[in-house]
Amino acid sequence: MKTKLTLLALLTALTAIIMGCGDDKKGRGGAGARSDVQEAALKTYVAPGDLDKYYLFKSGGHSGQVYVYGVPSMRHISTIPVYTPYPATGYGFDKESKEMLGGYTWGDAHHPSISETNGNYDGRWLFISDNANNRMARIDLRDFKTKQILGPLPNVSGNHCSSFVTENTEYVLAGSRFSIPLPKGTYENIQDYATKFKGVVAGIAVDPKSGEMSLGWQVLMPPFNYDLGDAGKGPSKDWGFWTCYNSERAIGKLEVTSTQKDRDYVAAVNWVAAEKAIKDGKFKMIGGVKVIDPKDVEGVVYLLPAAKSPHGVDISPDGKYIVASGKLQSITTVFNFEKMLTAIQNKNFTGNEDGIPVLNYDAIKDAEVNVGLGPLHTQFDDKGNAYTSLFVESAVAKWKLGTWEILDKIPVSYNIGHLTASEGDTKNPTGEFLVALNKLSHGRHLSVGPSQPEASQLIDIGGEKMNLLYDAFTEPEPHYAQMIKADKLKAIEVYPKEENKHPKAIWDVKDAKVVRTGKHVEVYMIAVRSTLEPTSFEVNKGDKVTIYLTNIEQTTDELHGFGLNEYNINVVADPGETKVIEFVADKAGVYPYYCTNFCSALHQEMQGYMLVKGSGGVSATRTNGNKLMAGQ
Amino acid sequence: MQNLIKKTSSFFETPINLRGRILVLVGALVLLPTFFVPLWNMTLYSNQFPDGLILKIYSYKLEGGKTPNRDDLREINSLNHYIGMRPLQEEDFTEFKWIPFVIGGVMLLALRVVVLGKMSKLVDLFVLFTYFGLFSLWSFYHKLYLYGHELDPTAAVKVPPFTPPMFGHNTMANFEVYSFPGVGSYFMAVMPLLLLAAMWFSRKEWLKERKP
Repeated sequence: MKTKLTLLALLTALTAIIMGCGDDKKGRGGAGARSDVQEAALKTYVAPGDLDKYYLFKSGGHSGQVYVYGVPSMRHISTIPVYTPYPATGYGFDKESKEMLGGYTWGDAHHPSISETNGNYDGRWLFISDNANNRMARIDLRDFKTKQILGPLPNVSGNHCSSFVTENTEYVLAGSRFSIPLPKGTYENIQDYATKFKGVVAGIAVDPKSGEMSLGWQVLMPPFNYDLGDAGKGPSKDWGFWTCYNSERAIGKLEVTSTQKDRDYVAAVNWVAAEKAIKDGKFKMIGGVKVIDPKDVEGVVYLLPAAKSPHGVDISPDGKYIVASGKLQSITTVFNFEKMLTAIQNKNFTGNEDGIPVLNYDAIKDAEVNVGLGPLHTQFDDKGNAYTSLFVESAVAKWKLGTWEILDKIPVSYNIGHLTASEGDTKNPTGEFLVALNKLSHGRHLSVGPSQPEASQLIDIGGEKMNLLYDAFTEPEPHYAQMIKADKLKAIEVYPKEENKHPKAIWDVKDAKVVRTGKHVEVYMIAVRSTLEPTSFEVNKGDKVTIYLTNIEQTTDELHGFGLNEYNINVVADPGETKVIEFVADKAGVYPYYCTNFCSALHQEMQGYMLVKGSGGVSATRTNGNKLMAGQ
Repeated sequence: MQNLIKKTSSFFETPINLRGRILVLVGALVLLPTFFVPLWNMTLYSNQFPDGLILKIYSYKLEGGKTPNRDDLREINSLNHYIGMRPLQEEDFTEFKWIPFVIGGVMLLALRVVVLGKMSKLVDLFVLFTYFGLFSLWSFYHKLYLYGHELDPTAAVKVPPFTPPMFGHNTMANFEVYSFPGVGSYFMAVMPLLLLAAMWFSRKEWLKERKP
């Protein structure tokens, strides 16, 4: 308590000094959104050794990765490589992760989604979509490692409207942003876009125990651009929702051609009905996936007319409202789920698109909320409020569900895309914090040249008025994020020896060995403070080399790397982990290998040599460190 | 002189009274926990390990502190290898074989005293147990001495030979080492006290017998 008070006094003093400098604009990093410094400092200060209250998982956009931050400190804690090789953790260099990446060296990691049980984050997995190569990845939050990459998904093209999970993680939603002729590999003339190109929306099935993803169902859709989605909750839990732009089915300069109609759509898919249709055999096999054609199957998909070129569609925590943000208008459209069901029952349709009924707008709409310019995406708190990001206006609007009144608005710096509230897309948001994921930072940070980071701003939403607390910066480019209470995750920091079932793992330096079978050399290697055993091995040029590297440490943070000079290899094994490194020794000569991840006082000494004989047929031999010394 | 011999032998013939026998029985029972709780605890603190690396020595096994994120015994061995200390491993401690065996034997002898109820048997038990206790302490100290003195001459870090602390605290490199008897040792220390108490309470029988 005493230290808290001292800290308070110190911060107050510090604040006074900073406030004193406040008049000097240069001292505060330009113009833009401001905060009450004293209050913000106290709310975001996490003392050395103390832990943050929330994890924030930000998608890394075209970096292909996921960034882990702590809230409220907004400290970047780590990066989880997903779609892009990442030498820092050896990702994409060992056999397993290389195979998982499937030859791709980047992805566009768009929307992360934490697995849910009963509509609440359960902290088991984090799914993230790839807009570029149409994949879906699953990160296990037990060890913060990418465990599976599914795809490229058949028929899905531009997996942007993804990876939202259903209430009990039965499915992860996916779909096409860029409609194409199906199946993939088919050519059609671009002039036939409106009729011969197709979109799909999809549910990727998730095994409830292992999290293993598999191709679930797909629904064939008109060639619109499916943009974002959300799964229903509570009463609407059997449904998935996707927004789309370009219901004009236009080609060419979409900026103009796709923005002619006043309304586009939200597609609502009853995934329970989709499951049943698949079970009843009412599907076509396209590209190896069971695809439902709405022309043939009634009751699976409907279209809700929504304000122009909508981006986000977000289901309120109680599952009753469907909130679609029309980015080219100043309104957010709120649909009533009950009214939607009634309209479906009464066949209250105003038309159809390729056999998909379009629901009567006036019959299903509850409100057009005048939130401001360029509404994109909405999150919720625990008091029945909604928070909508306004890209054009560079602001966040807070408004009330049910009364639809605008309660508050806060400027952000600048041009906010998505926003994420603490557990704000679940059935039980905590209503504490909100992070504005801004697209432009415009000199809010020390200048780093023309290549600019993105800005994330932490906003306190605990009170009546929103309060800006902190600016943080992220490499390009977070699109969406998930904020989960830290105590919901129980991460391990060591792989227990008992759990390592790798058939090639060895746990005693005495077992380190080199085995030659024809032109294949297998090296059973141990990494432990402070040696890589064997400390050298010989191969012939052209041999295939497989190294099974086991880190036999059982202490947190004792990672060991294996960097092989001029062979473009760097693998890191965590404590208790076995990694497989495979390559062809296609260059003769002597190549040092060494521990790349600093481990101990004798880290520099942790090194060895791969000796590649240019010709001849020597069999692989092992020299161990002590013997070498004795021989000299 | 003759009188003294008479006196002592009559003392050894003294029967143990009920109170005494109960105390000896309790003495046998207080040894039971030594099969379950540590006899000695060592804790090694450093900046990297503010919560301390923990080593527990039982009558029959060696156990390091274990959390999902750390295996203390493995860690202590990893660090000790830099100064050339042999890894601490159960196989190297013959104590883990004979200590539980001897404790079991002592318990049986204590039950024998309870049944036969002779002062001579009680004195035997007391002497035997005290010898066993002191020998175990010496053996433990000797083990520590050997671990600290038989250092591998090719070790990366050369340190002068040392004996890790047995009682109390000292500083070794970046570690603060605390070493104290564990709960099991306290139970073992209570045992001879109970035996002495049994003798004390049975002295009346001896005095009674000498009266006529």
